[in-house]
Amino acid sequence: MEINELKKTAQSIRINIVKMLAEAKSGHPGGSLSMTDILTVLYFDQMKIDVKDPKAKDRDRLVLSKGHGAPGLYATLAQRGFFPQSELMLLRKCGAMLQGHPDMKNTPGVDMSTGSLGQGLSAANGMALAGKLDKADYRVYAIVGDGEIQEGQFWEAAMSSAHYKLDNVTLFVDHNGLQIDGSNDEVMGVNPIPEKLRAFGWQVLEIDGHDHEQIQAAIVFAKKVQGRPVAIVAETVKGKGVSFMENQVGWHGKAPNAEQCAQAVEELERGAK
Amino acid sequence: MGVATRESYAKVLVSDLSQNPNVVVLDADLGNATKSAAFKKAAPERYFDMGIAEQDMMGTAAGLAACGKIPIASTFAMFAAGRAFEQIRNSIAYPKLNVKIAATHAGVTVGEDGGSHQAIEDISLMRSIPNMTVINPADGKEAEEALKAAVQYYGPVYIRLGRATVPDLHGDNYQFNWGKGEVLREGKDVGIIATGIMVAKALAAAEKLSEQGIEARVVNIHTIKPIDEALLIETAKLTGKVVTAEEHSVIGGLGSAVSEVLSRQQPVKMAMVGVQDTFGCSGSPEDLLTKFHLQAEDIIVAVKSLD
Repeated sequence: MEINELKKTAQSIRINIVKMLAEAKSGHPGGSLSMTDILTVLYFDQMKIDVKDPKAKDRDRLVLSKGHGAPGLYATLAQRGFFPQSELMLLRKCGAMLQGHPDMKNTPGVDMSTGSLGQGLSAANGMALAGKLDKADYRVYAIVGDGEIQEGQFWEAAMSSAHYKLDNVTLFVDHNGLQIDGSNDEVMGVNPIPEKLRAFGWQVLEIDGHDHEQIQAAIVFAKKVQGRPVAIVAETVKGKGVSFMENQVGWHGKAPNAEQCAQAVEELERGAK
Repeated sequence: MGVATRESYAKVLVSDLSQNPNVVVLDADLGNATKSAAFKKAAPERYFDMGIAEQDMMGTAAGLAACGKIPIASTFAMFAAGRAFEQIRNSIAYPKLNVKIAATHAGVTVGEDGGSHQAIEDISLMRSIPNMTVINPADGKEAEEALKAAVQYYGPVYIRLGRATVPDLHGDNYQFNWGKGEVLREGKDVGIIATGIMVAKALAAAEKLSEQGIEARVVNIHTIKPIDEALLIETAKLTGKVVTAEEHSVIGGLGSAVSEVLSRQQPVKMAMVGVQDTFGCSGSPEDLLTKFHLQAEDIIVAVKSLD
């Protein structure tokens, strides 16, 4: 997809994120908006997927380890055609398909159930090991939050990816610097992330997580690396695209009201042009 | 004659499960103790040592299962059900992924390693998770057949295996019936409902009770979840009183599972033989079974307490 088209698509996904959260009256806008550009490039440009066959054995897979970013994933999957966009407005409602955190049992396009932090890279590694056993050429992507990597299991998994030379795993770290109780630095220091992952045996790229060309180039590069996993540490802005949400800790897990939603949509529509 | 159920696990891994190209085995640096290392020799490309990292092991197993593999994740019961509880719950059971958890060194018969390593809560933890099947074999043959059946079944299964040798109760022709209890001895004076290594103790108790004119019906419950409700109700109706026996805490284990059924459907007087809300300690398996009142004599005392 052309870069210009990717940009428009990302803004359209962001508009749906804001609208669905306003409708649900709860959920996580900040971390959904910070990774929207990554999801857009993956699902509209880079991943080998077939919306008509969401369980295809040889498809690329994505584990959204930061499962609270579900609205971002759902809006992307709907935009891509995995399910009708009307489902988005039922997010978090009793009996609806779209759960507060991703549920692979019920949602076409969701490759792993997540939500409890720190578990996703382990699952991605398992998928990658299965791919190696089957001599399949699919790739597995995982997206973790920067606060999330305070979980010890993430580092267990990071060791395993390198130990088993899982060059079919590509990890995105959505490094927006904020978590529920404050900045990463205030809550529990996680930096420097690239150096830590390098010490764990990963090839690490550092990019602007909102620059579609950089995201694209990083994924293309990762596909060529052999013998070790690749981590793409993406510098991002929490709440990206909505002026009053950007870099605000308070917008981690709070839904916009109708007025805020209208303002956000207006800003995003302007941004899409 | 007898064998530890972990040895049966090793046997069936090699004889049977290594022939299934979808079966993969994971362990957390305990392959020589759990005996899953036997699979490493039989099918090295499908054996993954995950290091001392049980949480990652369970998550990795979930990912393998999501791609059509049948992972068997093995470690001590303490570190499977205990340390990795939430990974089992959220990464395996919530998405109903086809992972088998072969948890060895369960109960106080771990012995000398002591209370830190003696899982007496694992049945309770595992059976409280939706989608989870919980199996606790009584002897080597049952362990072999249960493992084969678990691999045939689609969904998460927790299989509880032991370190210590247990007597053989089943012959070569034994058929494992998923979710069905097994009447090993008939009697109408009392029902003794046992699981795992306590089944042999229950049979020994029934033998001695018979000498005293008390005929006990002995029921082996290998599948604790889903439990064989019909057989429990039938036994309670027949005998009017029930004793449960398990090498596990009396809180949340077999005794609780049986009382959940009987209290609603066929209330009878019950006694529970098991670990009475206390931690284990170091000692030989037999000494510990005595210390924690898990011997045939303790079952007899429990039976008589219902008079």
